[in-house]
Amino acid sequence: MDVQRRNNVTVTGNPHGPTVVLAHGFGCDQNMWRLTVPALVKDYRVVLFDYVGSGRSDLSAFSETRYASLAGYAQDVVDVCDVLDLRGVVFVGHSVSAMIGVLAAQMAPERIGALVMVAPSPRYIDDEGYRGGFSAEDIEELLDSMELNYLGWSAAMAPVIMGNAERPELGEELANSFCATDPAMARVFARTTFLSDSRQDLNKVSVPTLVLDCTQDAIAPREVGAYVHQAIPGSTLLTLDATGHCPHMSAPEATNEAITGFLAGLR
Amino acid sequence: MCRTGQQSDPHDADDEKTSDAAFAALLEDSAEELYECAPCGYLSTLMDGTIAKINTTLLDWLGLNREAVVGRMRFTDLLTVGGRLYHETHFAPLLRMQGEIGGVALEIRKADGVRMPVLASSVVKHGATGEPLLIRTTLFDARDRRAYEEELLRARRAAEEAQRQAEADRARLQDALAALQSSLLPDTLPPIPGMESAAHYRTASPDRLGGDFYDVFRLDAARFVFFLGDVCGKGPQAAAVTSLTRYTLRAAALHDPDPASALTTLNRVLHERYSSGDPRYCTAIFGTLEPDPVTGQVTVHLASGGHPPALVLRADGTADFLPTPGGLLVGILPTARFTPATITLGPGDTLLLYTDGLTEARTGESRTDLYGDEALRAFATDQAGRYPQAVMKALTGLLDSFGDGLDDDTALLALGVPASGSREPA
Repeated sequence: MDVQRRNNVTVTGNPHGPTVVLAHGFGCDQNMWRLTVPALVKDYRVVLFDYVGSGRSDLSAFSETRYASLAGYAQDVVDVCDVLDLRGVVFVGHSVSAMIGVLAAQMAPERIGALVMVAPSPRYIDDEGYRGGFSAEDIEELLDSMELNYLGWSAAMAPVIMGNAERPELGEELANSFCATDPAMARVFARTTFLSDSRQDLNKVSVPTLVLDCTQDAIAPREVGAYVHQAIPGSTLLTLDATGHCPHMSAPEATNEAITGFLAGLR
Repeated sequence: MCRTGQQSDPHDADDEKTSDAAFAALLEDSAEELYECAPCGYLSTLMDGTIAKINTTLLDWLGLNREAVVGRMRFTDLLTVGGRLYHETHFAPLLRMQGEIGGVALEIRKADGVRMPVLASSVVKHGATGEPLLIRTTLFDARDRRAYEEELLRARRAAEEAQRQAEADRARLQDALAALQSSLLPDTLPPIPGMESAAHYRTASPDRLGGDFYDVFRLDAARFVFFLGDVCGKGPQAAAVTSLTRYTLRAAALHDPDPASALTTLNRVLHERYSSGDPRYCTAIFGTLEPDPVTGQVTVHLASGGHPPALVLRADGTADFLPTPGGLLVGILPTARFTPATITLGPGDTLLLYTDGLTEARTGESRTDLYGDEALRAFATDQAGRYPQAVMKALTGLLDSFGDGLDDDTALLALGVPASGSREPA
């Protein structure tokens, strides 16, 4: 198994610097980090990858069973660390990847030395004594939205993603092809993400951890960020003046500053 | 609400024709009025999503007034929760990356709680120095379109379900066929004192029952019977003939193990059973093995009915066909003649039987050449002197190498006398 090809691993930055792994969340791929990477490349070795089923990963490696749990995605992280023989990396995970990083750190403690959790949520659906912000019906609605936006995907997008040389015009024509994903696999990722409950894993984190939340985030509201911070012993919470769920896209300077500040403190 | 045609023409046009007046009335459709009353919703937001400007059409759709919206709500506040999730995970990041995004299906929530499907397109307006200033969004009423799309989705889900069902059915059928196929072959080959044996069966298609068969069994204290053959055709009918053939040969051997007699019995049975309507026949080699515990040699009596000649791999590294010319197809004529032959296998010798799936495998770049007898003999020569298991392993590797050039089922049976000096199994 060629993990580097499977997970479309990209290694960039300073080969002599400490390693930072940037992990994308649900909805897109490693492209999401394009405003973050420039802030890191001078001092750090930067590893990017796509989870199997996302971006330019090897879709044939997808397994509905494996990726029905966050542990399956965490195994991708461990596999990438194994193949590059990374030790003590700083794992920066956006959204669901923040929790995937928590699981990966449990699975391979020697690989992960610190965590940056960008807009994390250990559980999206409300529970007794816990407000995640969503009901189970909301999640079904999201799946419907996804499905409607994937109409005609398999006919039009599949050749692009598979690199169909016979129909090169497709790559030009489709505007929103950036984060295009196979709908069936995206659906699995959505379900796994939004139905997950990793609250019990938070207090097992034993590495330095920075929690970043946003002033206005419809997916991971501030009380969830505070919950994560309280549950992880010794963690630092920083609220970014940013709107939306993707501060690394909407407020890149503030996000980069927070990450590089945390990284500098580790050295 | 948008009302048109209420104002009077500010310009006096009493000297103009009626058609000019109509055209002038059109011109009164100012950019401002077009914005407000366009047949689509317009929305401008700050980069954080706060609504700075919204047109009347969209306000009407939402059932909200301007004061409640401008400066107070964000674009995502207009959406259903599922739509908001989709916006945050897909729409907003893509818009940031591309500067524009088009034709995304979302739902807005009206003041009365009713949802309305829309198609949203957004573009980021940049300032003089390239910094993003605001987002312009257009929403099109997609109610009719959504109903149609949901119909399409339902049809697609039904088709996908049917495909899953068909694949499950196919898998079940393949399982059933594999079970049936294996019932036509022995589970294991019986141990033969002083001999080694190996067999292999390769199905060309898991969807079709093949018509090849082989068997080895003990006849009496001193002798064993073997046979291998190929029934014409494929599928359930061929499998029925295979089954009849296998059990007829087994019974015939007990009655009279003389190879030509056994094939004659089979010929009569098949001809009687299939002569009317749907003629069925087969080719086969049938034989007996008589190991001599004293000399270590094995005497082989065999007869062939129209089957490709067996190969004899000798301990000295040679391999030759064992000619059995003139034998007729079994079951095609009321009476038939079968060609007997007798050989002796010494230590290190192996008798190899095969069906024409092997020699008629298509080879070469274009898959137009056939593997052929001579290539097989050359291959066997390389294997001469080896254990039957090693020969069989080499042959299965050969079958693998044919890939999709293997059109027909192939049965292989190797019977040999091991020698202390023979080459070790691969």
